[in-house]
Amino acid sequence: MIEFISSLVPTNLAAHAPALLVVAPMFLAPIAAFMPNGRLAWILSILATGFSLVMAIVLLSQVRSIDEGAIISYAMGGWTPDAGIEFRIDSLNAMVLLLVSAIGFLAAIFSWPSVAAEIRDAKRAMFYAAYLVCFTGLTGVASTGDAFNLFVFLEISSIATYVLVALGARRDRRALPAAGNYLLMGTIGASFFVVGVGFLYAATGTLNMAELAVRLQAVPDSKAVFAGYAFIVVGLGIKAAMFPLHQWLPNAYAYSPSFVTMFLAATATKVAIYALVRFLFTVFGLEFSFEGSTLIWILMPMGIAAMIACSFQAVFQTDVRRTLAYSSVAQVGYMLLGISIGTAAGVSAGMFHLVNHALIKGALFMALAGVVLSYQGTSLNDLKGLGRSSPWTMTAFAIGAVSLIGVPLTAGFQSKYALVNALFEHGWWWAVAVVMFSSLLAVVYMGRILEAVFFRTPSNPNKRRQEAPLIILIPLWILALGNIWVGVQGGFVAGLADDAAAALFIGGAS
Amino acid sequence: MSGFLGQINPGLLLILVGFAGCLIPVQRVRQALMVATPVVAIILLALAERATDLAVVPVLGFDMILYRVDSLSFIFALAFLIASFLNAIYALHTDDRLQDGMALAYAGAAVAATLAGDLMTLFIFWEITAVSSVFLILRAGTKAAYQAAMRYLGVQIFSGVLLLDGLAYVYKSTGALSLDAFTSFDQPGAKFVFAAFAIKAAFPFLHNWLQDAYPKATVVGAVVLSAFTTKLAVYAFARMFPGFEILIWIGAIMTVFPVFFAVIENDLRKVLSYSLNNQLGFMICAIGIGTPLAINGAAAHAFAHIIYKGLLFMSMGAVLYRVGTAKASELGGLYKSMPWTTIFCIIGAVSISAFPLFSGFVAKSMTMSAVAYEGYVIVWAMLLFASAGVLEHSGIKIPYFTFFGHDSGIRVKEAPFNMLLAMGMAAFICIAIGLPTIGGFGYGWLYNMLPCTVTAPADVCLMSGDEIKPYKPYTADHILTQMQLLMFAVLAFILLKRFGLYPPERPGTILDTDWVYRRPGYNAVMWAGRVWAKAGPAMTSVFAGIGARTFEKIETTFSPRGALARGPLTVSMAMWSAVLLGIVMLVVLLAT
Repeated sequence: MIEFISSLVPTNLAAHAPALLVVAPMFLAPIAAFMPNGRLAWILSILATGFSLVMAIVLLSQVRSIDEGAIISYAMGGWTPDAGIEFRIDSLNAMVLLLVSAIGFLAAIFSWPSVAAEIRDAKRAMFYAAYLVCFTGLTGVASTGDAFNLFVFLEISSIATYVLVALGARRDRRALPAAGNYLLMGTIGASFFVVGVGFLYAATGTLNMAELAVRLQAVPDSKAVFAGYAFIVVGLGIKAAMFPLHQWLPNAYAYSPSFVTMFLAATATKVAIYALVRFLFTVFGLEFSFEGSTLIWILMPMGIAAMIACSFQAVFQTDVRRTLAYSSVAQVGYMLLGISIGTAAGVSAGMFHLVNHALIKGALFMALAGVVLSYQGTSLNDLKGLGRSSPWTMTAFAIGAVSLIGVPLTAGFQSKYALVNALFEHGWWWAVAVVMFSSLLAVVYMGRILEAVFFRTPSNPNKRRQEAPLIILIPLWILALGNIWVGVQGGFVAGLADDAAAALFIGGAS
Repeated sequence: MSGFLGQINPGLLLILVGFAGCLIPVQRVRQALMVATPVVAIILLALAERATDLAVVPVLGFDMILYRVDSLSFIFALAFLIASFLNAIYALHTDDRLQDGMALAYAGAAVAATLAGDLMTLFIFWEITAVSSVFLILRAGTKAAYQAAMRYLGVQIFSGVLLLDGLAYVYKSTGALSLDAFTSFDQPGAKFVFAAFAIKAAFPFLHNWLQDAYPKATVVGAVVLSAFTTKLAVYAFARMFPGFEILIWIGAIMTVFPVFFAVIENDLRKVLSYSLNNQLGFMICAIGIGTPLAINGAAAHAFAHIIYKGLLFMSMGAVLYRVGTAKASELGGLYKSMPWTTIFCIIGAVSISAFPLFSGFVAKSMTMSAVAYEGYVIVWAMLLFASAGVLEHSGIKIPYFTFFGHDSGIRVKEAPFNMLLAMGMAAFICIAIGLPTIGGFGYGWLYNMLPCTVTAPADVCLMSGDEIKPYKPYTADHILTQMQLLMFAVLAFILLKRFGLYPPERPGTILDTDWVYRRPGYNAVMWAGRVWAKAGPAMTSVFAGIGARTFEKIETTFSPRGALARGPLTVSMAMWSAVLLGIVMLVVLLAT
């Protein structure tokens, strides 16, 4: 199917796919802002993200055109790297781009009823503009091969995100402090990152990531490189919600508009993790002796702390969105754990879980958006008995839930299984016990929700059968069935993750 | 036969029709299906190629072999299908959707497990036998049956779990899930698989589920149950553990110890359950011997046993159905009102007692000879004693106390026609495969299906069905030994009866080893429960306190109402960022 879709795209368009993917939503964003009403802006955003999705598919097929994974280097405006900005797509970028644009597209489709209900009429066009800007930033981060340009895109996406989160204030005023908090933290993260890039520039005199990787070999003992490394890891750690720098996340997820939560949960932290992995394994690398120790002393303990502490916190939440938000931090812990193994299998498992978690959380938050639309509240109390009044929505929710727990034949199982295998291979059998324990906590916190949804009587007995509209149900079920598809036939996504890890460990550096 | 039909596993067909049968409300339609499906399945099986990969389905990266036929699986599958056919006829007088459907599905699962070509497939159908058969106990509808059913289900599922463990080990070490026989217990997974089979085969001390559940099942249920689960385990042992010496001793013990329980037990269906155990012992012992002759003996015995044990359960079922009880102390003299049932029961009884001219004789002789040829004198003596015991409790006690003995004065109608028909057919088979070969009849038919080629000194089981079997059951010494044994056993019974020394039929409960877990075990659990109930509130308050404090802490830290959300949250995070930055730098510096 990938080959078929990419064959439909004209070759001169395909040649510029890396740029078009990012630029198209960027140019459509201001146009969307000036649309007379929200509905047109909505259609525009579907077109923009849909176009990006096609471009992402084209890129994937280009990358997969040779066995070991091609590296597509695209010089922006014809300025060759070091002077100009390079977009550099390998298997890892292609996977993240496909993920972001696919989720972005589904999110754009489903957004209308939810946005119509939660955002004031006058702000809707601006809202979609902000969404497209955010989307631009995320895809930009995942495409660029230039460290400073990465910072720029990171800020583009972050600033748009602050706006999007703050727009939740109509539904819940607590969105404002959440957005403010996120703004401060995000800025700290971005500043750390840019400071780190500055150090690297000082030590090497280049901003191109591939070139950086080469020149860093020459200055392995430079204190500037150490400092740059530390700033970059912590800066991206904030963006990726690495424990204990995750505290912006639960509030931001819980109080932003439902649609924004769904989109952010499935993409934003994923892109930050991509950037982290890119810096850890491409720009730097395991040949730097300090990197191995950071993996073992920072990433692994933080990952495990997130898996346990945040799962516990998820258990105690009364608001389902907060439960899921904490669970997201815990899942980031799984990915960090996989990455911290430092083997191709470990990173591949981490990337696999990254994609699967996007599918899982996308489905869960989308279902919740449907609930918010029909019943407003998202506390556990509000969800009681919804299994009977909106069975289709809640069945999809349940599929996402079992996938999050990691029940066999779901996506969550496949990636957790890959993670456990990688851990065993590396001899970290005790970490397997932690994974099991954390999954057990997931059983508890998702079980609580499912129990309320399917086995409790509604607190308001007059609740009538009210299903989410079809425009939500269709993308929702695409994601839910995606979970099962990956769970049964995990080969496609696992293959993407394997290729991505291989790109990091073999082809990435030079 | 090749092509599409050749790929249909008859067991799978039974399972599907069985599950569908649960949904068909019209009695006649459903029952026509229940009777016809085994016949179709037998035809499919008879026409199937002898091949190991008749239906292969790739699932999750490895090939599941759903259908494989060889000479060993063939004879067991055929016996299961015949039993399933007889059971369907026997059940015609009832109108019970769930029981009909599940009986067929259960039989199908047993057949499919027998015809499975790899451990995973075996495991799946192994579990289906457990789950489908439990309904046959549940349908009895009593509280005791419910509890027994739950115990039964627990044990059966546990066996499945062990099997799953075992196959995981096998898969991990060999990378395949072949059904090839193990060579020693040192092979990974062998012990787990052995334990799983042992539970289903009701080894001593693992046997209680059988005597617990079977007598509490419905009339039809007990008949159905008697045929499949345990013989499936016997097949599995023959497939994967032939020649393991420990099986010889386990089998010998299995033949002996139920004798005592069976002789004093009052509930005649329970007597039959004990005797089932004893019969399994012969087969297990033969598998332990593991010579071609012994494996043949086990297979022949299983085949004959499925039929005559079914026949005995049918006759006791018919009595239970008409009289309402199967307790020896309340029965007697029924031959006047149920003459046909009496005759069929006696045929079953003499078959199980291995009278010459009946199926038990031609089957058991082989096992006995195999044991004798291999020089296991003590085992041989134990089996001999057990044979006498079989005659005592199954051959004489069952028909005597039911149909003769002191007249209980009960006058009932003869069993329904369909029951008589099923019993008649079973009795016919008992005789037909027991006779010396005359025309198309006789033991030759059974012997021709046996799995191994027996050549005089051979010690390799060739597993090919159509060679000549030189073993002859009807030799003077076989008949003589057997008749001596039988006559003295009968004499002993008469003498004991005459002098009033035979344990009288009394209502009561026999304490078996399961008493250990059903009484002290149960009490221990209850005691622990009471302790928990007392300690619980105290612990709960502790935990609740911890929980409340934790929650409070999270509440004050993270909730939007808490202080941190409005400002200090950012402070804390900023601080954490700085701290983490410091730590990362420290790690980096220390590492270089």
